[in-house]
Formats: sequence, structure tokens, C-alpha cells
Amino acid sequence: MDILIQGILLGSLYALFALGLSLMFGVMRLTNTAHGDFIILGAFGALGAMACGLSPWLSALLVLPMAWLVGYGLQKTVLNQTLGKDPVPSLVVTFGISIVIQNALLEIFSADPRSIDSGGLNTLSLNLGGDLSVGVLPVLILGLALCATLFLQWLFSSTAMGRAFRAVSDDPEIAALMGLNSKTVYAQATGLAFLLVALAGVLQGMRTTVSPADGPMLLLFSFEAVIMGGMGSFWGTLAGGLLLGMTQQLGFRWDPGWGIWCGHVVFLTLLVLKPQGLFPKTK
Amino acid sequence: MTTPILSTQALKAFYGDAQALFGIDFELAESEVVAIIGANGAGKSTFLKALTGLVKASPNEVRWRGQAIGGQSAHEIVRLGLALVPEGRRLFPSLSVEENLLLGAQAQRSGPWNLARVQALFPILKEKRHLPATSLSGGQQQMVAIGRALMSNPEVLLCDELSLGLAPIVIREIYQALPQICAEGMGVVIVEQDVSLAQKISTRLYCFQEGRVTLQGPSAALTRDQISQAYFGI
Repeated sequence: MDILIQGILLGSLYALFALGLSLMFGVMRLTNTAHGDFIILGAFGALGAMACGLSPWLSALLVLPMAWLVGYGLQKTVLNQTLGKDPVPSLVVTFGISIVIQNALLEIFSADPRSIDSGGLNTLSLNLGGDLSVGVLPVLILGLALCATLFLQWLFSSTAMGRAFRAVSDDPEIAALMGLNSKTVYAQATGLAFLLVALAGVLQGMRTTVSPADGPMLLLFSFEAVIMGGMGSFWGTLAGGLLLGMTQQLGFRWDPGWGIWCGHVVFLTLLVLKPQGLFPKTK
Repeated sequence: MTTPILSTQALKAFYGDAQALFGIDFELAESEVVAIIGANGAGKSTFLKALTGLVKASPNEVRWRGQAIGGQSAHEIVRLGLALVPEGRRLFPSLSVEENLLLGAQAQRSGPWNLARVQALFPILKEKRHLPATSLSGGQQQMVAIGRALMSNPEVLLCDELSLGLAPIVIREIYQALPQICAEGMGVVIVEQDVSLAQKISTRLYCFQEGRVTLQGPSAALTRDQISQAYFGI
């Protein structure tokens, strides 16, 4: 029981990592290989703001709109140029960005793992009766992951913006005939994805530690969550994240060195048995 | 003569190195219904794509009320009041019927057409409004495509092969809606494979062959021989 709860709490953070990736892939078929590094960049953004004397929560709040702007600008100036039938240019460019971010962070912040001070929130816990207790911060993360999933699902299904996202994803040429500038719509999607990425990064920094080289590992977790969940909906991504968290937690219980490995094994097994993921797109 | 609402002068278009249009001269007056006929590969669809900005043209080759608009992006041109019903309908599969129609209003032009009016024109679209657009029959999908274009309140409506892949009875049903659409004074350009149908519904007719205009004139005055010569080039 304890393992499952801990797994869900860990998995909700993975789900937050994965939602941004899922959003960008869903709208513009863009695989952002710098995704994990942007999560770390979000955390270090908050650390940087704190170094300037701002309080941790204010820093976190400040990072979110900044991330939206960075995402919007990056898509408008760089990533839009890489989109096309051939996925290679976008892979190469985001891979390059990944290297740049890792080394820039290494240069500025050194390789030491750091943690964002959440004002003691990370040590508070709730007693669920008996010897079962959960941390307040992980529960907060679970709540945010649920809210983010609900919000994205609502945005896509019930708003004009979501309609535009789906339309350019279906057929950018015809969407242009309707008066949609696909490049602007893409930039809005990336802005939104980056906002989620920064939120996930700050929470990761509060929950544990971040160091400049962590990005690729987080990218891997995000990928595994998205693929296990399937591309059908954001609920699938959430489910994928939770499943990954639970299997890792089970592995950790078995042997502390095997947790992440267990996650990979379950991912590979699922990929063989159900390559479309748990909630494939139904058309 | 007054300035035509839409015109092209020596319009050329390319797909990569392949030239598809070799200098098309075309004019559409306000509220006029013009048909374009021609065999497959004559450049009819390319011509409509060049008008709407999906295929690039030089600025002066396309004019809207005398103003050069060639080379503008598709999402800008639709705001001027030029809407296309694309060949093969091209509905958005992940959107419902109603969402497809609402997306047509994205250009935010004011005018007589809105969701209720389109649903009155094609009542079946109201009945099936929550279904995925691509789950409808071919004829109904064509109605969605026409309705979607009307939602932008165009001054000129371009229709690319409305009859493609549809049964004759369905084609008749679709074309019966045309007078209601034109009643507001909208100009219409219709690309059609069916020559006699094209002649019947239009006031003027252009015939394309291999990227050039081989015949033009008042639809009623053109003889069958003239048309078949222009159509096949024999």
C-alpha cells in the first residue's frame, strides 16, 4: 500500500514532466530532445532568482511567465524553421540546444546538485492513519498534475485555442485557409508546454536535487510516460507517468539500485506487448 | 469597365522546378458566377491554390479590387474575403462537425453567415453537429466543407470539384444550395469536371489546358465543339 501511494506521488511528478512533451508532439509532431534540460533550466531559473534575493515562492512564480515567453520566442525564432516532413532537423536542433543548456548551467552553477528551499514544505507530512504517512509537497505535486491534466484536456476539447491546436495538428495548410497562422499557434503551444516544464522543474528542485547533467534522464522518463500512456489524450500521459512512478517505486523497494531499471523494463515490456500505449488514439 | 473584384495577370505557378501554370489571365466581377473546366492536370486546382496563397505567386500576378495580393500568406488572404472549399473536402478529422464550422469563422469577418444560417442551409449538419466530421457521408462532408468556407463570410467563394467522388443525386443536392449562397451577392468560382453542369450554373466559363487558358466566354454562347477542342486540344 505504502509503495503504491509513494509510486503514485513520484509518478505524478513524471506526469508533469511528460505533459509538456506530449503537448508539443501532439500539436506539431515536434520531438523536443532538450525537454529534460528545459526542466532543469526551469529549476535553475528559480535558483538564479533566489540568488538575487527573491523568496523561493516568488522566484517560482516569476519563472512561469518567463518560461512561457522563452517557449513562445524559441518556437517563433528557431523551432518553426525546423518543422517539416523531415523530423531530423528538429531533432538535431533540439539536441544542440540540450548541449548548450547543460554546459551553460555547468559554467554558471557548477556541477553541484542543488535544491530549491520550499520553506520547510518538503519536510512536512500528513498522517493517513496507522503508520502510513505522505509528504505534503508530493501531495501538492499530485494535485498540480491532476489540475494540469484536467486543464489541458478542457483547453483542447472546449476552447477556441484548443480547436486551433487540433486543427493545425490535423492539417496546417487548410488551417491557414481558415485564417490560422500555424507558426503563431505552434508558438502558443510551445509557450504553454514550457510553462508546464518550468513548473515541473521547480517542483523537482523542491522535492529533491537538480544538477546540470540531470536533463537527459528526465527526458527519458518523460518519453517513457508519454509512450506508455499512448497519444490518445492527456489522461493517457498522466496514467503513463503514474505507472512509471509505481514500477520504479516497486523496484526501489526490492533493491535501491534497481528502481529506475525496473521502470525501463516495464516500459520495454509494454512497448513490445502494446506498442500503441495504454490509451491509443481512436479514430 | 469597373475594376474586377478578383483578377490575375500572367499568373505563373511552380511546384519545385515543375511549372504548373503558364500565364493565366482571369477576371471575376462582383457577384459573378464563373466556372473553370479542364482535364486532370490542367492546373485548375493549382490556380485556386495560387489565388488563396497556398501556392506562391508574384505580387502583381493576383489582384484583389485592383490591389496586388500575390505572395501573401493564406491566413492573410482569407481575411480579405476570399474563401476556398478545397478539393477532397479536407475536413479536420479530430474536430466535430460543429467545430469544423466554427473554425471557419476564425477569420472573424462580419456578414450574413453564421452557425445558425449554415445549419439552416444544410439541416443535416445541425442534426449531426457533435459527430466527428469525417464520420459523415461524402455528400454531408462536402456540406461541412462549404459551410466552413461560408463561415468566413467571403465576398468570393472558390469551390474545387464539389462533385468529386459523389453520387449524381448528391451532387444535385449540393448544387441546389448554390442559388441561396449567391443570393447575398457573393462571387463564386467553380472548378468542375462535369462540363454541362459547369455550363448550366455559370455565366462565364474558362477552359484550362496544361496550365493555359484555351477558351473563355459566356457559358451559354459556347458550343460543344469549341469546348471539346479547348478541353482536349484536338
